[in-house]
Amino acid sequence: MSETAIPSSIQAAPASPAATPVDPSSFLRDKVRWRWFETVFWLATLLPFFVAETYLILASQIAITALFAVSLDLIVGYSGLVSLGHAVFFGFGAYIAGLLSKHGWGEPLTGLLVATAGATVLGYLISFIIARITHFALIMVTLGLCLLMFELANKAHWLTGGDDGLQGMSMWPIFGIFDFDLYGYTAYAYSLIGLFLSFLVIRRIINSPFGLSLRGMRENVRRMPAIGASIKRRIQVIYTISAGFAGLAGGLLAQTTQFVALDALSFQRSAETLVMLILGGAGQLYGGIIGAMLFLVARDQLAGMNPQFWYFWLGLLLVVVIVFLPNGILGSLAKLTSRSRRKP
Amino acid sequence: MEHRALFRRGRLSRPAYPNVNGLPVTPRIASLLFDGFAYGMLLFVLSVGLSVTLGMMNFVNLAHGSFAMIGGYTTVTLMRSWDWPFFATLPVAFLMAAAMAVVLERIVYRRLYGASDLDQALLTIGIVFMSIASAAYIFGTTQQPIEMPAYIRGRVEIGDFSFGVYRIFLVCAALVITAVLVLGLDYTRFGARIRAAVDNQRMARGLGINVDWIFAVTFAIGSGLAGLGGALAIEVVGLDPNFALKYLVFMLIVVAVGGMASIRGAFITAAMLGIIDMFSKYYVPEVGAFVLYAVMVGLLVWRPAGLFARR
Repeated sequence: MSETAIPSSIQAAPASPAATPVDPSSFLRDKVRWRWFETVFWLATLLPFFVAETYLILASQIAITALFAVSLDLIVGYSGLVSLGHAVFFGFGAYIAGLLSKHGWGEPLTGLLVATAGATVLGYLISFIIARITHFALIMVTLGLCLLMFELANKAHWLTGGDDGLQGMSMWPIFGIFDFDLYGYTAYAYSLIGLFLSFLVIRRIINSPFGLSLRGMRENVRRMPAIGASIKRRIQVIYTISAGFAGLAGGLLAQTTQFVALDALSFQRSAETLVMLILGGAGQLYGGIIGAMLFLVARDQLAGMNPQFWYFWLGLLLVVVIVFLPNGILGSLAKLTSRSRRKP
Repeated sequence: MEHRALFRRGRLSRPAYPNVNGLPVTPRIASLLFDGFAYGMLLFVLSVGLSVTLGMMNFVNLAHGSFAMIGGYTTVTLMRSWDWPFFATLPVAFLMAAAMAVVLERIVYRRLYGASDLDQALLTIGIVFMSIASAAYIFGTTQQPIEMPAYIRGRVEIGDFSFGVYRIFLVCAALVITAVLVLGLDYTRFGARIRAAVDNQRMARGLGINVDWIFAVTFAIGSGLAGLGGALAIEVVGLDPNFALKYLVFMLIVVAVGGMASIRGAFITAAMLGIIDMFSKYYVPEVGAFVLYAVMVGLLVWRPAGLFARR
């Protein structure tokens, strides 16, 4: 049985390059190239400035959440690791940015940098734990760390404000010119630039040889060491990077809203972000962004609804997406278009 | 202030420990030990089903707490609306949770047996969200107290020591359940099939064991036990729609630390967990659940397969 399977797979290998380039570097170069719909997409993100000025605050929330979701995508979608506690880094970044500003350093850019650096260091430390364990223990440890940090922030009332949230932040204008206004012009521009620049970096990482090896790890954890690629090292690197971007997103949230709620560290936030990612499509690069847009707009529209019902529909959505759209909206779209392209 | 915050979060919806302030040191510790053990037994009944589900089918079922909640609300409804005695509602709580588990297993869970951990976790979290929202819609968000029969509310005094009758009942019930489970697993044909399916599913299938059917039955029994636990828990920790999520963490700790599909491991872990939780709530309430989570993370990093894992 297996003896016949092996030659067929070897034969299949030279047959496929007819469709895709053989050379890995040209394959990656092809991936790195910008597509027209990406340009359209990013131009469209400027629309809220002109057509939906009352929704700028929401747009800024979406940009921040999208960045958080994309950072989560790096480990969940691309590396195939499970994390139920990514909010740890989001909240950590948010508290760093918040505390800096509260204690007299309100300069946004350096504050953001410190928040990112702090979350990166925390991510690096935790990555030693993450690289050791798999499967159910990994789910439990990420969940446990999230609950741990939440309890810690909750009890450290003197530092974080506990249940009441961190109040008394005051941000200085960006570059000393652009003040954070009430309508959210600066906030949205700031968050959008943060998202876009981070996205460029993440896009580059994903389409590098390192990014390719992450996908290899996702597809087959045992085969990667067999071809000489250390798993642990890669897990640590990507986990650290991902934590940094999550911290950046958290810092953005703290600075644009000038408030940090305990909720930033909560398990609910981790779970909701996972929902967005799964809804949009994990491992699709734009999946997290699309998911965050759909999720937050839907929640905004249904805000009048009792939160309990919102949770009911959220749960139902989750079940339906997992059972019927295993690759999320983008994955299903991609499958549809590739099928229609192959037909003629 | 600190306690108000805790109450608001619902961590200590009701003080789970007895009023032992007036007691001298030794009886106080004995009382705390006993109550912690009783609490641990409750956790054992709640979580033993999850341990088997995870060990057998490798299915990450985070909705286990929802089945427990079904049992709890069944008891509340029967006692309130139909004036059933408490003990008569317990078998119904078991059956309702088991029936619900079978329905869900056939409709939804079955589709995801080969899926990734993440998909399974998310699907079942979706079910948890739905169950919490439904419970809040039907029963409201408040606590659901029940009126216990008088003969079970009192305390038994033995010399200096005093024990709650209900807690004695809890311990006895849990010991009986444990005995039935262990004996059933070790000495019956069905138990042998379950063990075979846990140890090597493919081999078990190859020997003609209907693993799917065995799993469905085991899953129903485990969920039924959770339902029973949910009913028993009302008097100790209360019942509100967040029960499904709040106690899920405890159940997962029992399973994760105790090791999968290990009844002995689950028993010992649950007992330890109950005692640790009771003592930390009494002596260092300001630390809260922090110690618990830290211990769990530490243990899992040290031994990822659980403290009592066979492999």
